[in-house]
Amino acid sequence: MKEVQIDVGKCLGCKSCEMACAVSHSLSQELFGAIFEDTPPRKRIYVQGVGAAAVPVNCRHCEEAGCVGVCPTGAMYRDERTGAVLHNRDRCIGCGFCELACPFGAITRLPGSKVVAKCDRCPDREVPACVDACPTGALLFITPEEAQRRKRLQLARQMCLP
Amino acid sequence: MGERSVDQASIKMLKKAAQEGIETAWERYEKQQPQCGFGLLGICCRNCNMGPCRIDPFGDGPEEGICGATADTIAARNLLRMIAAGAAAHSDHGRDIVTTLWETAAGEAQGYQIKDEGKLRSLAAEFGIPVEGRSKEEIARDLAREAMEEFGMVKGALKFLERAPQKRREVWQKAGIVPRGIDREIVECMHRTHMGVDNDYVNLVLHGVRTGLSDGWGGSMFATEFSDILFGTPEPVRGRSNLGVLKEDQVNIIVHGHEPTLSEMIVLAARDEELLAAAREKGAAGINICGMCCTGNEILMRHGVPVAGNFLQQELAVVTGAVDAMVVDVQCVMPALTGVAGCYHTKIISTSPKARFEGAEHIPFDEHHALDTARKIVQIAVDNYPRRKKEFVRIPEEEMEYMAGFSVEAVLKALGGSLNPLLDAIKAGQIKGIAAVVGCNNPKIPHDRGHLLLTEKLIKSDVLVVQTGCAAIACAKAGLLLPEAAAQAGPGLGAVCRALGIPPVLHMGSCVDISRILVTAAAIANALGVDISDLPVAGAAPEWMSEKAVSIGAYVVGSGVFTVLGSIPPVLGGKKLTELLTEGARSVLGASFAVETDPEKAVDLILEHIAARRKALGLEG
Repeated sequence: MKEVQIDVGKCLGCKSCEMACAVSHSLSQELFGAIFEDTPPRKRIYVQGVGAAAVPVNCRHCEEAGCVGVCPTGAMYRDERTGAVLHNRDRCIGCGFCELACPFGAITRLPGSKVVAKCDRCPDREVPACVDACPTGALLFITPEEAQRRKRLQLARQMCLP
Repeated sequence: MGERSVDQASIKMLKKAAQEGIETAWERYEKQQPQCGFGLLGICCRNCNMGPCRIDPFGDGPEEGICGATADTIAARNLLRMIAAGAAAHSDHGRDIVTTLWETAAGEAQGYQIKDEGKLRSLAAEFGIPVEGRSKEEIARDLAREAMEEFGMVKGALKFLERAPQKRREVWQKAGIVPRGIDREIVECMHRTHMGVDNDYVNLVLHGVRTGLSDGWGGSMFATEFSDILFGTPEPVRGRSNLGVLKEDQVNIIVHGHEPTLSEMIVLAARDEELLAAAREKGAAGINICGMCCTGNEILMRHGVPVAGNFLQQELAVVTGAVDAMVVDVQCVMPALTGVAGCYHTKIISTSPKARFEGAEHIPFDEHHALDTARKIVQIAVDNYPRRKKEFVRIPEEEMEYMAGFSVEAVLKALGGSLNPLLDAIKAGQIKGIAAVVGCNNPKIPHDRGHLLLTEKLIKSDVLVVQTGCAAIACAKAGLLLPEAAAQAGPGLGAVCRALGIPPVLHMGSCVDISRILVTAAAIANALGVDISDLPVAGAAPEWMSEKAVSIGAYVVGSGVFTVLGSIPPVLGGKKLTELLTEGARSVLGASFAVETDPEKAVDLILEHIAARRKALGLEG
């Protein structure tokens, strides 16, 4: 299964992923429409600055997902088919336990509401919007095996090049 | 390739480019996707080094830059800088023409002459310069000096503003946006947008309109009027358009860019017997000069020189493999050209000290040695002819005749010496109104589709269309600039065109020649005793891309003409700013912008506007 992988060194902090994420979770599905919607769409990825660096932070769709564990209504659940942790807005009572449980701050609230929003890995898209929008390749949509293979390849190159 | 262009010649060359592994603007556009949302909305600011700053358009992040600038402030400042750049480009072009006239009058320029003495004398009279018993050189010297002063801070207001209706001038005075000096307004744009100066989006936009006006009624108007003096005032002329104008058996030289000072001389040099003999010696049947973009418009208006294409065809012209030299000066010349040319035998020759291109051969052009330089350039093209790679030559057969050359003077002549026949046709409802369809190409829109859809529907609805720039070239290629195109017009407009022998789409020149449209609109308003904003007229830029188009938009709306933009300007991130441009401006200027990416809907907006204006004037539907 492909996941959103992060190559931190490539993040320039441009926030294109944030913008694309918000648009892909808007009603109109396009930028010029999204900015005029009554309730502005909410991004589900956050570019966190730290010193001169920037790190894109998003939901990791954990195996032992604390947010799923603490959810009293079953609004937060795991899709067994894809392994993604998803959120059903209709069942959400806005208690905020999932926010507390998430160690990454990847779950936030919808504007003017206690109902939460989180990454759903863009189920209608082949590649999540954030990955599509990243101009530098800091965000990748690849399997964890491929991600690790690339790191090993990088290491091998470093060791063998003169 | 049909999604990229509606022009068959371009589609063929796009396919050829793909086969030959040539990357064009369309591939580069694809590679830029998705484009930065902050940029598209105009809410990133790089005007100081505390930044860059950007505003979150969804209210989920910063709402102010480090200095406290809001989305409206930032988007307005960015817009003002675009206007400044556009006005600078047009007025610098104007300045070069003024300088050329100055040097021609002094006998210091080579190959130039004062071709339209009548126009020189009437302009001199307009500027209060004595003409009785004086030589044309003396008058031209004084007139050029007067023009030079318009660029600075001597006068307090531009002279050509007096051509506008009294009511319009009062609008400008009331809003405090009477342009004082061409360069001055541009400098003030840069000052106001510097960190910590003008942060009021309304105040910024007002100055933007003033700067635009200094272009339309200043820099561009000087470019137009002085070019007419030097090179002749255009009269209806026929020629051919599209890539099919390139000749397999001739030396093909494309002049691309904007200023006629160079292209006029190239046209002259190409008729030089010695050079023609040299071409024959190399096995060519002749020397074929073709234009592109506004340089093309300048020489097609005055000489009927063939025009090879518009903005998005510049790389495709090289892809034909048949261009021996592409001579460029300034504006709208893609730096990618030299890379594409490197795959063929084509030489890209840059000529302006203001515009160098990596990989181009630079032949500095100056008025003092204009003809010699032009000869040298033509010689390079002639020498390059034998280096053509036959296997890569493929010229598409598409070419189409056009009729151009509709200067204000030519329009009046076609009408029999007065505006009355046109006014009568408008009053009677034979012609519902006039729409100016102008502007560039933009890969965001299928090449030429916006121009053609809009123009075809407008003339069908009995709206006379006037054009300049790349829009006009698009319509030339589609056969809309011919008197025969009256058959595609509605019954009223069609009848008028047939009676006068004119096309339903009038080619008025290059982008600086939108000043001709302003003069025409002012003359119509004056004849009816109303303001320009009262007229059943509208503007449209269906495929605009350049900053010059933003300046044009500012002066067209500033002159009272409702204008529809087909590609979205980078301002929507400033909600109050957007509201001002699309609504609020009406109460101050009597006109505003609309943004409509669908050409069909854009036509409806224009027709509704024209109908409303007709009703207000008490004219039949």
